[in-house]
Amino acid sequence: MKLSRRGFCGALPLALAGIAGLAPAAPKERVIKIEARRFAYTPDVITLKRGEAVLLEITAIDFAHGFSVPDLKQRADLVPGRPVRLRLQPESAGRFTFLCDNFCGGGHEEMNGTLVVLA
Amino acid sequence: MIDRRNFLKLSAAGGGAVFLSGLYGHTQAAGAAYDDFFFVQLSDSHWGFSGAANPDAQNTLRHAVAAVNALEVPPDFIVFTGDLTHTTDDPAERRRRMAEFKQIASGLKVKTVHFLAGEHDASLDNGAAFKELFGPSSYSFDHKGVHFIALDNVSDPGARLGDAQLDWLKADLARQAHDARIVVLTHRPLFDLAPQWDWATRDGAKAVALLMPYPNVTVFYGHIHQEHHHQTGHIAHHAAKSLIFPLPAPGSQEKRTPLAWDPAAPNKGLGFREIEAEPQQANYKIAEFQVTKGTS
Repeated sequence: MKLSRRGFCGALPLALAGIAGLAPAAPKERVIKIEARRFAYTPDVITLKRGEAVLLEITAIDFAHGFSVPDLKQRADLVPGRPVRLRLQPESAGRFTFLCDNFCGGGHEEMNGTLVVLA
Repeated sequence: MIDRRNFLKLSAAGGGAVFLSGLYGHTQAAGAAYDDFFFVQLSDSHWGFSGAANPDAQNTLRHAVAAVNALEVPPDFIVFTGDLTHTTDDPAERRRRMAEFKQIASGLKVKTVHFLAGEHDASLDNGAAFKELFGPSSYSFDHKGVHFIALDNVSDPGARLGDAQLDWLKADLARQAHDARIVVLTHRPLFDLAPQWDWATRDGAKAVALLMPYPNVTVFYGHIHQEHHHQTGHIAHHAAKSLIFPLPAPGSQEKRTPLAWDPAAPNKGLGFREIEAEPQQANYKIAEFQVTKGTS
Protein backbone atom coordinates (compact mmCIF):
# COMPACT_ATOMS: atom_id res chain seq x y z
CA MET A 1 0.00 0.00 0.00
CA LYS A 2 1.10 3.54 -0.56
CA LEU A 3 0.55 6.15 2.04
CA SER A 4 1.66 9.62 1.31
CA ARG A 5 2.91 12.13 3.81
CA ARG A 6 -0.26 14.03 3.14
CA GLY A 7 -2.17 10.96 4.21
CA PHE A 8 -0.43 10.94 7.55
CA CYS A 9 -0.54 14.62 8.15
CA GLY A 10 -3.96 15.32 6.74
CA ALA A 11 -5.56 14.63 10.08
CA LEU A 12 -3.13 16.71 12.07
CA PRO A 13 -5.20 17.46 15.10
CA LEU A 14 -3.37 19.76 17.42
CA ALA A 15 -2.76 23.42 17.15
CA LEU A 16 -0.83 24.29 20.25
CA ALA A 17 2.19 22.40 21.30
CA GLY A 18 5.63 23.29 22.46
CA ILE A 19 8.66 22.09 24.32
CA ALA A 20 9.23 23.77 27.63
CA GLY A 21 12.36 23.84 29.71
CA LEU A 22 12.07 23.51 33.43
CA ALA A 23 10.11 26.69 33.91
CA PRO A 24 7.17 26.32 36.28
CA ALA A 25 3.97 25.11 34.72
CA ALA A 26 1.19 27.59 34.05
CA PRO A 27 -1.27 27.43 36.94
CA LYS A 28 -4.15 25.59 35.33
CA GLU A 29 -2.24 23.08 33.26
CA ARG A 30 -2.50 19.47 34.24
CA VAL A 31 0.93 17.95 34.64
CA ILE A 32 1.30 14.39 33.38
CA LYS A 33 4.48 12.66 34.41
CA ILE A 34 5.88 10.04 32.05
CA GLU A 35 8.84 7.74 32.58
CA ALA A 36 10.83 6.45 29.63
CA ARG A 37 12.90 3.33 30.08
CA ARG A 38 13.94 0.53 27.80
CA PHE A 39 11.58 -0.28 26.12
CA ALA A 40 8.39 1.36 27.34
CA TYR A 41 6.80 4.57 28.46
CA THR A 42 4.89 4.63 31.73
CA PRO A 43 2.08 5.36 31.26
CA ASP A 44 1.84 4.35 27.64
CA VAL A 45 -1.71 5.59 27.19
CA ILE A 46 -2.37 9.23 27.99
CA THR A 47 -5.93 10.49 27.87
CA LEU A 48 -6.95 14.12 27.75
CA LYS A 49 -9.82 16.19 26.51
CA ARG A 50 -9.91 18.17 23.34
CA GLY A 51 -8.85 21.73 24.12
CA GLU A 52 -7.30 20.78 27.46
CA ALA A 53 -3.88 22.26 28.15
CA VAL A 54 -1.48 19.73 29.58
CA LEU A 55 2.18 19.67 30.42
CA LEU A 56 3.93 16.37 29.77
CA GLU A 57 6.89 15.96 32.10
CA ILE A 58 8.98 13.19 30.58
CA THR A 59 11.94 11.66 32.35
CA ALA A 60 14.29 9.12 30.82
CA ILE A 61 15.43 6.64 33.45
CA ASP A 62 18.11 4.59 31.77
CA PHE A 63 19.05 5.81 28.30
CA ALA A 64 19.03 8.81 25.98
CA HIS A 65 15.62 8.07 24.56
CA GLY A 66 13.55 10.33 22.37
CA PHE A 67 9.92 11.32 22.69
CA SER A 68 8.18 12.12 19.45
CA VAL A 69 4.56 12.77 18.51
CA PRO A 70 4.84 12.95 14.72
CA ASP A 71 1.23 13.97 14.19
CA LEU A 72 1.87 17.02 16.37
CA LYS A 73 5.28 17.66 14.84
CA GLN A 74 6.68 17.72 18.35
CA ARG A 75 9.65 15.85 19.72
CA ALA A 76 12.30 16.05 22.39
CA ASP A 77 15.62 14.42 23.21
CA LEU A 78 15.62 12.96 26.69
CA VAL A 79 18.68 12.96 28.94
CA PRO A 80 18.57 10.35 31.69
CA GLY A 81 17.42 11.81 34.98
CA ARG A 82 16.55 15.22 33.58
CA PRO A 83 12.83 15.92 33.11
CA VAL A 84 11.79 17.51 29.83
CA ARG A 85 8.50 19.31 29.57
CA LEU A 86 6.28 19.30 26.52
CA ARG A 87 3.22 21.52 26.47
CA LEU A 88 0.18 20.39 24.47
CA GLN A 89 -3.33 21.67 23.90
CA PRO A 90 -5.18 19.42 21.48
CA GLU A 91 -7.97 20.90 19.44
CA SER A 92 -9.07 17.76 17.69
CA ALA A 93 -10.04 14.36 19.03
CA GLY A 94 -8.31 11.16 18.02
CA ARG A 95 -5.62 8.61 18.82
CA PHE A 96 -2.05 9.66 18.16
CA THR A 97 1.09 7.59 18.45
CA PHE A 98 4.10 8.73 20.42
CA LEU A 99 7.38 6.88 20.17
CA CYS A 100 11.05 6.79 20.98
CA ASP A 101 12.87 8.07 17.91
CA ASN A 102 16.41 7.66 19.25
CA PHE A 103 17.41 4.05 18.65
CA CYS A 104 17.81 2.45 22.07
CA GLY A 105 18.34 -1.26 21.49
CA GLY A 106 16.58 -4.53 20.90
CA GLY A 107 13.11 -3.41 21.92
CA HIS A 108 13.27 0.04 20.37
CA GLU A 109 10.63 -0.77 17.79
CA GLU A 110 8.11 -1.51 20.53
CA MET A 111 8.77 1.62 22.57
CA ASN A 112 5.69 3.66 21.86
CA GLY A 113 2.35 4.71 23.28
CA THR A 114 -0.91 6.41 22.44
CA LEU A 115 -2.21 9.86 23.14
CA VAL A 116 -6.00 9.63 23.33
CA VAL A 117 -7.79 12.93 22.84
CA LEU A 118 -11.46 12.74 23.74
CA ALA A 119 -14.04 14.85 22.01
CA MET B 1 26.04 -7.86 -21.43
CA ILE B 2 22.44 -9.00 -21.04
CA ASP B 3 19.66 -7.71 -23.20
CA ARG B 4 16.15 -7.05 -21.94
CA ARG B 5 14.74 -10.24 -23.44
CA ASN B 6 17.20 -12.37 -21.51
CA PHE B 7 16.62 -10.33 -18.39
CA LEU B 8 12.90 -10.95 -18.47
CA LYS B 9 13.55 -14.63 -18.96
CA LEU B 10 15.76 -14.59 -15.91
CA SER B 11 13.14 -12.75 -13.90
CA ALA B 12 10.54 -15.33 -14.76
CA ALA B 13 12.84 -18.10 -13.63
CA GLY B 14 13.23 -16.36 -10.29
CA GLY B 15 9.49 -16.27 -9.83
CA GLY B 16 9.40 -12.66 -8.74
CA ALA B 17 7.32 -9.79 -9.93
CA VAL B 18 8.90 -7.35 -12.31
CA PHE B 19 8.59 -3.66 -11.72
CA LEU B 20 9.51 -1.23 -14.41
CA SER B 21 10.64 2.09 -13.11
CA GLY B 22 9.72 5.29 -14.83
CA LEU B 23 11.70 6.69 -17.66
CA TYR B 24 13.17 10.11 -17.24
CA GLY B 25 13.55 12.48 -20.10
CA HIS B 26 17.12 13.63 -20.43
CA THR B 27 19.82 14.58 -22.81
CA GLN B 28 22.84 12.34 -22.81
CA ALA B 29 26.04 14.09 -21.92
CA ALA B 30 28.31 14.41 -24.90
CA GLY B 31 30.87 11.66 -24.94
CA ALA B 32 29.47 9.78 -21.96
CA ALA B 33 30.08 6.04 -22.09
CA TYR B 34 27.30 3.85 -20.71
CA ASP B 35 26.96 0.12 -20.48
CA ASP B 36 23.97 -1.84 -19.20
CA PHE B 37 24.61 -3.94 -16.14
CA PHE B 38 22.97 -5.73 -13.22
CA PHE B 39 23.44 -5.43 -9.52
CA VAL B 40 21.73 -7.16 -6.62
CA GLN B 41 20.31 -5.52 -3.50
CA LEU B 42 20.06 -7.52 -0.29
CA SER B 43 18.87 -5.95 2.92
CA ASP B 44 18.04 -6.43 6.57
CA SER B 45 19.44 -9.88 7.25
CA HIS B 46 19.52 -9.15 11.03
CA TRP B 47 22.09 -11.87 11.65
CA GLY B 48 21.80 -12.87 15.31
CA PHE B 49 18.02 -12.44 15.49
CA SER B 50 16.17 -15.12 17.39
CA GLY B 51 12.40 -15.20 17.68
CA ALA B 52 9.09 -16.52 16.46
CA ALA B 53 9.01 -14.09 13.54
CA ASN B 54 11.63 -16.27 11.85
CA PRO B 55 12.29 -19.67 13.41
CA ASP B 56 14.68 -20.40 10.53
CA ALA B 57 16.83 -17.32 11.12
CA GLN B 58 20.02 -19.38 11.20
CA ASN B 59 19.48 -20.37 7.58
CA THR B 60 17.75 -17.50 5.79
CA LEU B 61 20.87 -15.51 4.99
CA ARG B 62 22.60 -18.65 3.78
CA HIS B 63 19.62 -19.43 1.55
CA ALA B 64 19.83 -15.93 0.10
CA VAL B 65 23.54 -16.31 -0.63
CA ALA B 66 22.82 -19.59 -2.38
CA ALA B 67 19.96 -18.01 -4.35
CA VAL B 68 22.17 -15.14 -5.53
CA ASN B 69 24.90 -17.60 -6.46
CA ALA B 70 22.35 -19.55 -8.47
CA LEU B 71 21.36 -16.60 -10.64
CA GLU B 72 21.72 -17.53 -14.25
CA VAL B 73 23.77 -14.44 -14.92
CA PRO B 74 25.91 -13.10 -12.07
CA PRO B 75 25.49 -9.45 -11.17
CA ASP B 76 28.34 -7.00 -11.53
CA PHE B 77 28.21 -6.36 -7.81
CA ILE B 78 26.04 -6.67 -4.73
CA VAL B 79 24.87 -4.10 -2.19
CA PHE B 80 23.67 -4.82 1.34
CA THR B 81 21.53 -1.89 2.49
CA GLY B 82 21.93 -2.25 6.23
CA ASP B 83 20.84 -4.12 9.33
CA LEU B 84 23.35 -6.78 8.46
CA THR B 85 23.14 -7.86 12.10
CA HIS B 86 20.52 -7.69 14.82
CA THR B 87 21.33 -5.27 17.59
CA THR B 88 22.96 -6.25 20.85
CA ASP B 89 24.14 -4.22 23.83
CA ASP B 90 27.35 -6.23 24.04
CA PRO B 91 30.12 -4.73 21.88
CA ALA B 92 31.94 -8.06 21.67
CA GLU B 93 28.80 -9.87 20.60
CA ARG B 94 28.13 -7.15 18.03
CA ARG B 95 31.53 -7.76 16.47
CA ARG B 96 31.06 -11.51 16.64
CA ARG B 97 27.77 -11.22 14.74
CA MET B 98 29.36 -8.96 12.15
CA ALA B 99 32.25 -11.39 11.71
CA GLU B 100 29.81 -14.27 11.24
CA PHE B 101 27.81 -12.23 8.78
CA LYS B 102 30.98 -11.45 6.83
CA GLN B 103 31.93 -15.09 6.78
CA ILE B 104 28.56 -16.07 5.34
CA ALA B 105 28.58 -13.20 2.85
CA SER B 106 32.05 -14.29 1.73
CA GLY B 107 30.28 -17.29 0.20
CA LEU B 108 28.91 -15.04 -2.50
CA LYS B 109 30.54 -15.86 -5.81
CA VAL B 110 30.48 -12.22 -6.79
CA LYS B 111 33.25 -10.66 -4.76
CA THR B 112 32.46 -6.98 -5.25
CA VAL B 113 30.09 -6.27 -2.36
CA HIS B 114 29.25 -2.85 -0.94
CA PHE B 115 27.98 -2.79 2.63
CA LEU B 116 25.86 -0.18 4.36
CA ALA B 117 24.96 -0.03 8.03
CA GLY B 118 21.52 -0.13 9.56
CA GLU B 119 20.50 1.19 12.95
CA HIS B 120 20.82 -2.31 14.41
CA ASP B 121 24.47 -2.37 13.31
CA ALA B 122 25.48 1.15 14.11
CA SER B 123 23.19 3.20 16.32
CA LEU B 124 24.39 1.97 19.72
CA ASP B 125 28.06 2.76 19.06
CA ASN B 126 27.83 5.49 16.42
CA GLY B 127 29.01 3.07 13.78
CA ALA B 128 32.29 2.12 15.45
CA ALA B 129 32.03 -1.66 15.03
CA PHE B 130 30.65 -1.38 11.52
CA LYS B 131 33.56 0.80 10.43
CA GLU B 132 36.05 -1.60 11.98
CA LEU B 133 34.68 -4.55 10.07
CA PHE B 134 33.31 -3.02 6.88
CA GLY B 135 35.03 0.31 6.38
CA PRO B 136 33.52 3.77 5.91
CA SER B 137 29.77 4.06 6.38
CA SER B 138 29.34 6.66 3.65
CA TYR B 139 31.16 6.64 0.36
CA SER B 140 30.69 6.86 -3.38
CA PHE B 141 31.83 4.85 -6.35
CA ASP B 142 31.30 4.74 -10.08
CA HIS B 143 30.30 1.81 -12.22
CA LYS B 144 29.83 1.85 -15.98
CA GLY B 145 28.63 5.42 -16.12
CA VAL B 146 26.51 5.40 -12.96
CA HIS B 147 27.57 7.29 -9.85
CA PHE B 148 26.61 5.47 -6.64
CA ILE B 149 26.40 7.30 -3.31
CA ALA B 150 26.06 5.42 -0.02
CA LEU B 151 24.58 7.55 2.76
CA ASP B 152 24.68 6.75 6.48
CA ASN B 153 21.47 7.73 8.27
CA VAL B 154 21.92 5.31 11.16
CA SER B 155 25.20 5.96 12.97
CA ASP B 156 23.40 8.84 14.64
CA PRO B 157 20.81 7.07 16.83
CA GLY B 158 18.48 9.97 16.10
CA ALA B 159 18.47 9.08 12.38
CA ARG B 160 20.23 12.17 11.16
CA LEU B 161 22.62 12.35 8.25
CA GLY B 162 24.22 15.31 9.96
CA ASP B 163 25.66 18.50 8.56
CA ALA B 164 29.11 17.03 7.90
CA GLN B 165 27.71 14.24 5.74
CA LEU B 166 25.36 16.64 3.98
CA ASP B 167 28.34 18.86 3.18
CA TRP B 168 30.18 15.82 1.85
CA LEU B 169 27.15 14.92 -0.28
CA LYS B 170 26.95 18.44 -1.62
CA ALA B 171 30.64 18.38 -2.59
CA ASP B 172 30.31 14.93 -4.17
CA LEU B 173 27.33 16.03 -6.23
CA ALA B 174 29.12 19.19 -7.31
CA ARG B 175 31.61 16.99 -9.15
CA GLN B 176 28.84 15.32 -11.18
CA ALA B 177 27.44 16.46 -14.47
CA HIS B 178 23.93 17.85 -14.29
CA ASP B 179 22.57 14.84 -16.18
CA ALA B 180 24.75 12.29 -14.37
CA ARG B 181 23.15 8.94 -13.62
CA ILE B 182 23.04 8.87 -9.83
CA VAL B 183 21.97 6.02 -7.56
CA VAL B 184 21.72 6.66 -3.82
CA LEU B 185 21.96 3.73 -1.42
CA THR B 186 20.83 4.13 2.16
CA HIS B 187 19.14 2.26 4.98
CA ARG B 188 16.27 4.41 6.19
CA PRO B 189 13.92 6.16 3.80
CA LEU B 190 15.09 9.68 3.05
CA PHE B 191 11.48 10.87 3.07
CA ASP B 192 8.82 10.71 5.80
CA LEU B 193 7.30 7.36 4.95
CA ALA B 194 5.89 6.64 8.42
CA PRO B 195 7.42 8.77 11.15
CA GLN B 196 5.10 7.22 13.75
CA TRP B 197 6.93 3.96 13.07
CA ASP B 198 10.35 5.61 12.94
CA TRP B 199 10.41 5.13 9.16
CA ALA B 200 12.09 8.39 8.27
CA THR B 201 15.38 10.27 8.30
CA ARG B 202 15.18 13.34 10.47
CA ASP B 203 17.12 15.52 8.03
CA GLY B 204 16.44 13.42 4.95
CA ALA B 205 14.64 16.31 3.26
CA LYS B 206 17.95 18.17 3.15
CA ALA B 207 19.54 15.31 1.20
CA VAL B 208 16.58 15.15 -1.17
CA ALA B 209 16.87 18.91 -1.71
CA LEU B 210 20.54 18.49 -2.66
CA LEU B 211 19.65 15.68 -5.07
CA MET B 212 16.63 17.40 -6.59
CA PRO B 213 18.53 19.52 -9.15
CA TYR B 214 19.84 16.35 -10.76
CA PRO B 215 17.28 14.87 -13.15
CA ASN B 216 18.48 11.25 -13.03
CA VAL B 217 18.48 10.14 -9.39
CA THR B 218 17.12 6.90 -7.96
CA VAL B 219 17.27 5.75 -4.33
CA PHE B 220 17.42 2.16 -3.09
CA TYR B 221 16.97 1.55 0.62
CA GLY B 222 15.93 -1.03 3.24
CA HIS B 223 14.69 -0.73 6.84
CA ILE B 224 10.98 -1.31 6.22
CA HIS B 225 11.24 -5.02 5.34
CA GLN B 226 9.02 -4.90 2.28
CA GLU B 227 8.96 -3.81 -1.31
CA HIS B 228 7.79 -0.21 -1.56
CA HIS B 229 7.99 2.46 -4.24
CA HIS B 230 7.62 6.17 -3.77
CA GLN B 231 8.35 9.36 -5.68
CA THR B 232 9.58 12.66 -4.31
CA GLY B 233 9.26 14.79 -7.39
CA HIS B 234 11.26 13.03 -10.11
CA ILE B 235 13.30 10.97 -7.62
CA ALA B 236 12.17 7.36 -7.23
CA HIS B 237 12.70 5.59 -3.89
CA HIS B 238 12.60 1.78 -3.84
CA ALA B 239 12.57 -0.18 -0.57
CA ALA B 240 13.67 -3.81 -0.58
CA LYS B 241 12.32 -6.86 1.19
CA SER B 242 14.23 -8.18 4.16
CA LEU B 243 15.97 -11.46 4.82
CA ILE B 244 14.51 -12.00 8.28
CA PHE B 245 10.78 -11.13 8.59
CA PRO B 246 8.33 -8.91 6.75
CA LEU B 247 6.74 -5.86 8.36
CA PRO B 248 3.23 -4.50 7.73
CA ALA B 249 2.49 -1.90 5.11
CA PRO B 250 3.24 1.59 6.40
CA GLY B 251 0.39 2.95 8.48
CA SER B 252 -1.77 -0.12 7.93
CA GLN B 253 -2.07 -0.91 11.64
CA GLU B 254 -1.29 0.74 14.95
CA LYS B 255 1.88 -1.21 15.75
CA ARG B 256 4.70 -2.12 13.39
CA THR B 257 4.85 -5.71 14.61
CA PRO B 258 6.38 -8.31 12.28
CA LEU B 259 4.06 -10.35 10.13
CA ALA B 260 3.66 -13.83 11.53
CA TRP B 261 5.82 -16.63 10.20
CA ASP B 262 3.78 -18.97 8.04
CA PRO B 263 4.90 -22.60 8.52
CA ALA B 264 3.05 -23.50 5.33
CA ALA B 265 5.11 -20.99 3.37
CA PRO B 266 8.52 -20.51 5.00
CA ASN B 267 10.30 -17.34 3.93
CA LYS B 268 7.08 -15.80 2.68
CA GLY B 269 7.57 -12.08 2.25
CA LEU B 270 11.36 -12.34 2.27
CA GLY B 271 13.59 -11.84 -0.71
CA PHE B 272 16.12 -9.81 -2.60
CA ARG B 273 16.11 -7.93 -5.84
CA GLU B 274 18.08 -7.57 -8.98
CA ILE B 275 18.34 -4.22 -10.67
CA GLU B 276 19.10 -3.86 -14.32
CA ALA B 277 20.70 -0.50 -14.90
CA GLU B 278 20.28 0.99 -18.32
CA PRO B 279 22.33 4.12 -17.82
CA GLN B 280 21.89 5.42 -21.33
CA GLN B 281 18.16 5.66 -20.73
CA ALA B 282 18.62 6.50 -17.03
CA ASN B 283 16.35 3.57 -16.35
CA TYR B 284 16.35 0.91 -13.64
CA LYS B 285 14.34 -2.24 -14.01
CA ILE B 286 13.74 -4.15 -10.80
CA ALA B 287 13.09 -7.86 -10.43
CA GLU B 288 12.13 -9.29 -7.05
CA PHE B 289 13.37 -12.74 -6.08
CA GLN B 290 12.38 -15.16 -3.34
CA VAL B 291 14.88 -16.51 -0.86
CA THR B 292 13.72 -20.03 -1.59
CA LYS B 293 11.52 -21.27 -4.39
CA GLY B 294 7.88 -21.92 -3.65
CA THR B 295 7.34 -18.92 -1.40
CA SER B 296 5.66 -15.68 -2.23
